[in-house]
Amino acid sequence: MKRNIVATTALISSALVGLAAWFSSRDATGSPPGAASAAIRPSEVAKTALLASGTKEDETARAAVIARGEHLVLTAGCNDCHTPLKVGKNGPEPDMTRMLSGHPAKMPLPPPPAASMPWIVAAAATNTAWAGPWGVSFTSNLTPDKETGLGAWTKEEFVEAIKTGRHHGRGRPILPPMPIPAYRNFSEEELVAIFAYLGTIPPIQNRVPEPLPPPNLPKHG
Amino acid sequence: MNGRVNRAIETEPKRLPASSKRCPRAALAVACLASLIAAASLGGARGRHAEAVARVIPARQAQSSAPLSSGPCPGRLSETGLYVPGSTSQIAPGVLAYAPQYPLWSDGATKRRWVRLPPGTRIDASNPDEWQFPIGTRFWKEFSFGERTETRYLERVDDGSFRYASYVWDASGHDALLAPSAGLPATREIRPGVQHDVPSEGDCRACHEGRRSPVLGFGALQLSPDRDPLAPHREWPPSDGLDLAELVKRDLLYGLPASALTRPPRIVAPSGAARASAGYLFGNCAHCHNGSGPLASLGLDFDQSVQDDAQGYERMRGNVLGRPSRYRIPGEAQSVRVRANRPAQSALWFRMQSRFVAAQMPPLGTKLVDAQALTLIERWIATDRRASTVSTH
Repeated sequence: MKRNIVATTALISSALVGLAAWFSSRDATGSPPGAASAAIRPSEVAKTALLASGTKEDETARAAVIARGEHLVLTAGCNDCHTPLKVGKNGPEPDMTRMLSGHPAKMPLPPPPAASMPWIVAAAATNTAWAGPWGVSFTSNLTPDKETGLGAWTKEEFVEAIKTGRHHGRGRPILPPMPIPAYRNFSEEELVAIFAYLGTIPPIQNRVPEPLPPPNLPKHG
Repeated sequence: MNGRVNRAIETEPKRLPASSKRCPRAALAVACLASLIAAASLGGARGRHAEAVARVIPARQAQSSAPLSSGPCPGRLSETGLYVPGSTSQIAPGVLAYAPQYPLWSDGATKRRWVRLPPGTRIDASNPDEWQFPIGTRFWKEFSFGERTETRYLERVDDGSFRYASYVWDASGHDALLAPSAGLPATREIRPGVQHDVPSEGDCRACHEGRRSPVLGFGALQLSPDRDPLAPHREWPPSDGLDLAELVKRDLLYGLPASALTRPPRIVAPSGAARASAGYLFGNCAHCHNGSGPLASLGLDFDQSVQDDAQGYERMRGNVLGRPSRYRIPGEAQSVRVRANRPAQSALWFRMQSRFVAAQMPPLGTKLVDAQALTLIERWIATDRRASTVSTH
């Protein structure tokens, strides 16, 4: 009973902290909630809420897993392709208001340039759309948005997707330039940590376009 | 269909997950095998693959009764118990042929299937939708494109799990050799510019471990004597083979509800096309798209239940008709899985007719569109109506 009261109080406190962070993060331009704030990093809010329940040992263990996942995401370069680039004062820089949300759905995109050997791959300026012999692929939304991101995925699906190179672990191939040959060497523990961390970042609704086939794809019937 | 046999070898080593049952004790052997095969393939000559494999895998006497439920997979198909010792054409005693009424589309391959139960054992059909197979049960499925190309092997091993292997027929047709766990692409040209790939262990698991039981195409509905006359690529049951009644007659199965024999399972649907469509989707899609496996959260269930056959078609129809699709047909802001009476505007039909790797359904195991099934699905969608009478077809 006492433990439940403590846990509930912690949860309510975290929610109040989260609301405060949400209000303080919006600027004059109306940036969406979850935009990077100098006062509180968005992931800290989600982490706090996540860790509010359970024993102190559980909290410590989960915090370690999430921290590990964050480290892996940062070192594996996920933001390089899954966070759109924008042009800042010093040239291209990741748009962290769209952190890991993939190719912007509403971005108008002309057809890719024709390939000419040896230049057979082209990338959009955002680094989120890639054209090559496979067609055109768009980097996916890794945020925990339930409709457009990984919010409805299970950690098993995520682990299997990376291990097998297939969507949901058994579906369509995950297209280049996703470095599946390298990432499939992550251990299951590492992939679980990555997934846990991704669950703490701000959900961003962004329905990434479907991949496009290469021109002159044979219709095998 | 005759085809030129190619031996392009995949050299990328594949890390097997801990739960893999693709002959785990042979993982190191097949990795070495893959390297040797890669070296052997550089010359590109026919038969060199087989020669390289033969050097690595010690020749063993074929033993049809040898226990295979532990240890590595045999290096040759002739050693798995399918054939009489010394033969790769005469089926061994106790190995029984069968043919599902809704076969899986495999790019037009001619297929033969067999099962062997350990002597004295029976299948537990107490749950008619999820049969339990004895330890040591073996299945084989042979794929031919004019010539025997590949035979796949499935066995229930000692710990109750299943293991998978593929055997690739050599150029002489005398035997088939164990393929690497990473699979073997481009083993035979099945149409100009289209090659047959032997699946990897991961591909096997992707399909076979997407639902309750890894055994596909062998169950009460697939072996029902009430066979669907409109099923695409309809196969006749082998004259001396198994169906549901024969399994019971030979005492190879127990626990099946009596109603399954007095009223053989069939999909209850309002028309022949509806029945055949539901059956096709069951046989080709339900191993991933069902209500109990890893993809159950997608809410796309093509499974059929012999315990609930009156509802199966309507449940399947309800999963797709007017339901939003996560996949969007090019040019559509939002697609639906099946748009009433409009096949070309249905994501289901669109993905079936696509062979773009990122759009096609199924996502693996086929490179050619199933034209016959596509026509059936078009007809079904175009003429769909709610179930009101039992199909008389």
